[in-house]
Amino acid sequence: MSLPNQADEGITFDTFMEGVWRQNPVFVMVLGMCPTLAVTVSAVNGLSMGVATMFVLVSSCLLVSMIRHLVPKEVRIATYIVIIATFVTLVDYLIQAASLALYEALGAFIQLIVVNCIILGRAEAHASKNPPLKAVVNALGMGVGFAIGLFALGATREILGAGKLFGITLFGDNFQPWVVMVLPPGGFFVLGGWLLLFALLRSRKEGKVQA
Amino acid sequence: MNESLSQIFIGTLLTNNFVLAMFLGLCPFLGVSSRLGTAVPMGVATTFVMLVASVCAYALNLLLNYFQLEFLRLISYIVVIASSVQLVEMVMKKYSPALFRALGIFLPLITTNCAVLAVALFQTAREYSFSQSLVFALGGGAGFTLALVLMASLRERLQLANVPTLVQGTALSLILAGLLSLAFMGFAGLGAGE
Repeated sequence: MSLPNQADEGITFDTFMEGVWRQNPVFVMVLGMCPTLAVTVSAVNGLSMGVATMFVLVSSCLLVSMIRHLVPKEVRIATYIVIIATFVTLVDYLIQAASLALYEALGAFIQLIVVNCIILGRAEAHASKNPPLKAVVNALGMGVGFAIGLFALGATREILGAGKLFGITLFGDNFQPWVVMVLPPGGFFVLGGWLLLFALLRSRKEGKVQA
Repeated sequence: MNESLSQIFIGTLLTNNFVLAMFLGLCPFLGVSSRLGTAVPMGVATTFVMLVASVCAYALNLLLNYFQLEFLRLISYIVVIASSVQLVEMVMKKYSPALFRALGIFLPLITTNCAVLAVALFQTAREYSFSQSLVFALGGGAGFTLALVLMASLRERLQLANVPTLVQGTALSLILAGLLSLAFMGFAGLGAGE
């Protein structure tokens, strides 16, 4: 992650959109894959994981950005990790209090948000060099992008693998669920498929520019 | 939990392979698996860190339970892992500089490998005893190495294949991983005793 130093620019719409589209964490940077593939067996799981990650991302980026002049360079990574772990513990207890069923579905992957590379990557590459407001806007964009990615994966896998979306049956009785899509291999296949789709769109676009 | 040690080992190595069935440690799996030469040392180093982290986490968990500080578990685990990676790095630098140079930047990256943290978290959640935890960490590490080596061998072969430019890159690796994972599903039920 060696993004150019963007400290001098003001907040633009692009600060937000960078994460949502151009640098989408799931489809473009392919970061934070472990939670992405493990929990996206259904749209609800994907979306809640996305929102949980977004919360941790935004709050840790805010804190990192606020203390960016106080932290010595040598211990910054350790500091960031501890900040992130604190917020993850918070989210862990919040989800446990709000919905036990969801907590059990997501399992240990809530705690594994700590080692999600997107969060540490954003803290190091953006929040540690920018004022709080800008860092939050950027983190929010990344979080939204991540949540959209997880939702897209979860919805695809749920529709193909169970014939449902948000637990509502979509097809008639003749639909034969493609069970492998909700099993581990399906996660790899669906993400591979989405990446192919984006590669196809990009190559179409480039072809148009040339022609 | 009264699983036998061999059940745990086979379970984490094949049936519930960390990478292919539980999606843990995917970043190094996709990042470092382009050459066989780097895949093996990376796997071995990760296994070693897992073992150290597992022992530390076990001791730490006893301590935290004694003082009733369970909410500090995650924070203390991650600090322990980060410092044990540092420790491994320093010990290796002193006693085996050749290996240290061979591993290079992969060592610090192990800190952000979610498989290591997962070993610590899962052994706590499943209430493994000390020996069970050790075997669990060893099996997890061996499974990670196995997946890494398989993937690297496949990708080395693929360099000779004529693949459409559109598919090249991450998409191809993911589909390969999916196929491998499909193959590993054949181990389901083995040693699980369910």
